[in-house]
Amino acid sequence: MLEIKDLYVKVKDKDILKGINLTVHPGELHAIMGRNGSGKSTLANAIAGQDSYEITSGDILYNGTSIVAESPEERALAGIFMSFQYPVIIPGVNNTYFLKAALNAKRKHQGKTELDAVEFLKLIREKLAVVEMDEKYLHRAVNDGFSGGEKKQNEILQMLTLEPALAILDETDSGLDIDALKIVAAGINNYRRDDRAIVIITHYQRILKYLKADYVHVLINGKIAKTGGENLAEQLEDKGYSWLDN
Amino acid sequence: MKTQNKTIEKVTSQDYQYGFVTDIEQDTIPPGLNEDVIRLISNKKDEPDWLISWRLKAYNNWLKMNEPDWAKVDYPEIDYQSMSYYSAPKDKSDGPKSLDEVDPELVKTYEKLGIPLEEQKMLAGVAVDAIFDSVSVATTFKEDLEKAGVIFCPFSEAVQDHPDIVKKYLGSVVPYTDNYFAALNSAVFSDGSFIYIPKGVRCPMELSTYFRINAMNTGQFERTLIVADEGSHVSYLEGCTAPMRDENQLHAAVVELVAHKDAEIKYSTVQNWYPGNPETGKGGVYNFVTKRGICAGSNSKISWTQVETGSAITWKYPSCILKGDGSVGEFYSVAVANNFQQADTGTKMIHSGKNTRSTIISKGISAGKGQNTYRGQVKIMKNAENARNYSQCDSILIGDQCSAHTFPYIDVRNPSAQMEHEASTSTIGEDQLFYCNQRGISTEDAVTLIVNGFCKEVFRELPMEFAVEAQKLMEVTLEGSVG
Repeated sequence: MLEIKDLYVKVKDKDILKGINLTVHPGELHAIMGRNGSGKSTLANAIAGQDSYEITSGDILYNGTSIVAESPEERALAGIFMSFQYPVIIPGVNNTYFLKAALNAKRKHQGKTELDAVEFLKLIREKLAVVEMDEKYLHRAVNDGFSGGEKKQNEILQMLTLEPALAILDETDSGLDIDALKIVAAGINNYRRDDRAIVIITHYQRILKYLKADYVHVLINGKIAKTGGENLAEQLEDKGYSWLDN
Repeated sequence: MKTQNKTIEKVTSQDYQYGFVTDIEQDTIPPGLNEDVIRLISNKKDEPDWLISWRLKAYNNWLKMNEPDWAKVDYPEIDYQSMSYYSAPKDKSDGPKSLDEVDPELVKTYEKLGIPLEEQKMLAGVAVDAIFDSVSVATTFKEDLEKAGVIFCPFSEAVQDHPDIVKKYLGSVVPYTDNYFAALNSAVFSDGSFIYIPKGVRCPMELSTYFRINAMNTGQFERTLIVADEGSHVSYLEGCTAPMRDENQLHAAVVELVAHKDAEIKYSTVQNWYPGNPETGKGGVYNFVTKRGICAGSNSKISWTQVETGSAITWKYPSCILKGDGSVGEFYSVAVANNFQQADTGTKMIHSGKNTRSTIISKGISAGKGQNTYRGQVKIMKNAENARNYSQCDSILIGDQCSAHTFPYIDVRNPSAQMEHEASTSTIGEDQLFYCNQRGISTEDAVTLIVNGFCKEVFRELPMEFAVEAQKLMEVTLEGSVG
């Protein structure tokens, strides 16, 4: 589904990613771990197509086709979703309205009819229940006045509503208390299916207790230093990243 | 309902076209302004002596005045002697024969706004055949108004048919001495609307919907007078979301509102005159407007709502004089300055009665090289016990070549006043656009989404049908403003 080939990415003239190789198949959950500044978020943003991340060489293939020349919305419409580390506030824009616009943009792209307000409300209520969010969040402006945890729950709500094929979750677990962490994990498990893939970027092993990762990759200095199974995360928790230095 | 309204508009527009307009002779006065020209204008409308002399007094006063230069707008000097102050209605047969002959850009915009074909033709000045089976619909509406005792007619007609009311109120809110452009308008005004709502009457319909397209023909010096007698209620909407072609570069309108005891006037404007060439800024309309209402009686209310997206220059401060005790003034505004547009707009709330309240919500949007200024004054007079004002001025910037300015003047002379003022300036950030893009929303749709969210508090004050059109209008107006 996702194939990253020898990817080099620059941000503001600084080389961040230095030859990443990663292959993700449908149904898989990959965890990418690493220290601050190791390039984890850069990888997520490069896949999503944020244009301040410059790909200097290498390629990103999605379903066998290179997407590096495609705009962020083309990638999104093709089924790539990114949960933001810092979800953006859009004052004045109602959360329902935003979600409905996003969902209908996608449905339109897929040649489906757009949902009307009633149909949408029915759908969104089901999704709200999964992430244990109150309906009042629908009537607030997008992420405006949301706590850290609420913002992340809102990201998962968007993912569940848009039903992407590939979800890149950038530090979706950071800043969550234990209850919110469980809710977010439940949302991710609800989303998981054989034909969908997840790449979760995280500092900590704790969310992986609730999610079954097929692969754990450790990113050090812009390269994948080690790949393993679930137990690699546990080892990291015990020994720290310095264990893998050099 | 929508289709019915469209039909009504078509019908009423035709009625206007083939009604009193064709009675006027087809001729034009040579450029220039002097007393003879004013007499000629007045004679053509067969006006009574008092009105001629009022116009002349206004003219002589105008001669002694100077064009104001305090607004934050730049434009080449206007040569008032090079303009013609009376132009007979244009012969439609000189206009384009079909939409194929109309500027394709204009037609494209009409299509984007979803304007029906017949209406497009009218807006573009294409001669339309006057064959209708539904004249009766318009007649029914007129009958309903008459039954309620509402007078709603062109200003020139009111001068003939209701001279006492016109004489009593004309210039009572905006005297010809008020400002340069109001004086000019008083001297040479062409036509406009006149509305009188009798005591205790709630106007049975939204007057806007009924006469929307008619406003097109009122010319560059429009004069509107609305009088709401005790306990009455009226809602009026002027303008049109469709961009209008106009050969006249200078527009100087005057609007006067009078609300008596317990009366309420709601006045909504959608202004979308030609803003000038987007590449050079040339050719746009200069819109110098004086709008003011007086809450003359106790517990009366005047509410202004405006959506200003057009014109090269907008100079406009719809105001309320809150004279009656317990009276309420409101101002809700969205002003857009895109490309080379300059907007200097706001309001004045003059509190002289006790327990008077005013609310100001201003939303300024700057894009391209646009310059947007909010200028407002809240004045609490000495005897205005317990006056309250709430002002909120928000600006949003799109791109890095535009600007936003805020000049709120507050003048409080009574210590019991309660004043609140909030202001904010924000930009549409790259991060917001990327967030929307990542959710599959295109950049253009994202800008519209964000701007409409920003304007929400004002749009919800508009009559329902127009609120939807206003959102669409924002989309078309800001098209291409983000790279």
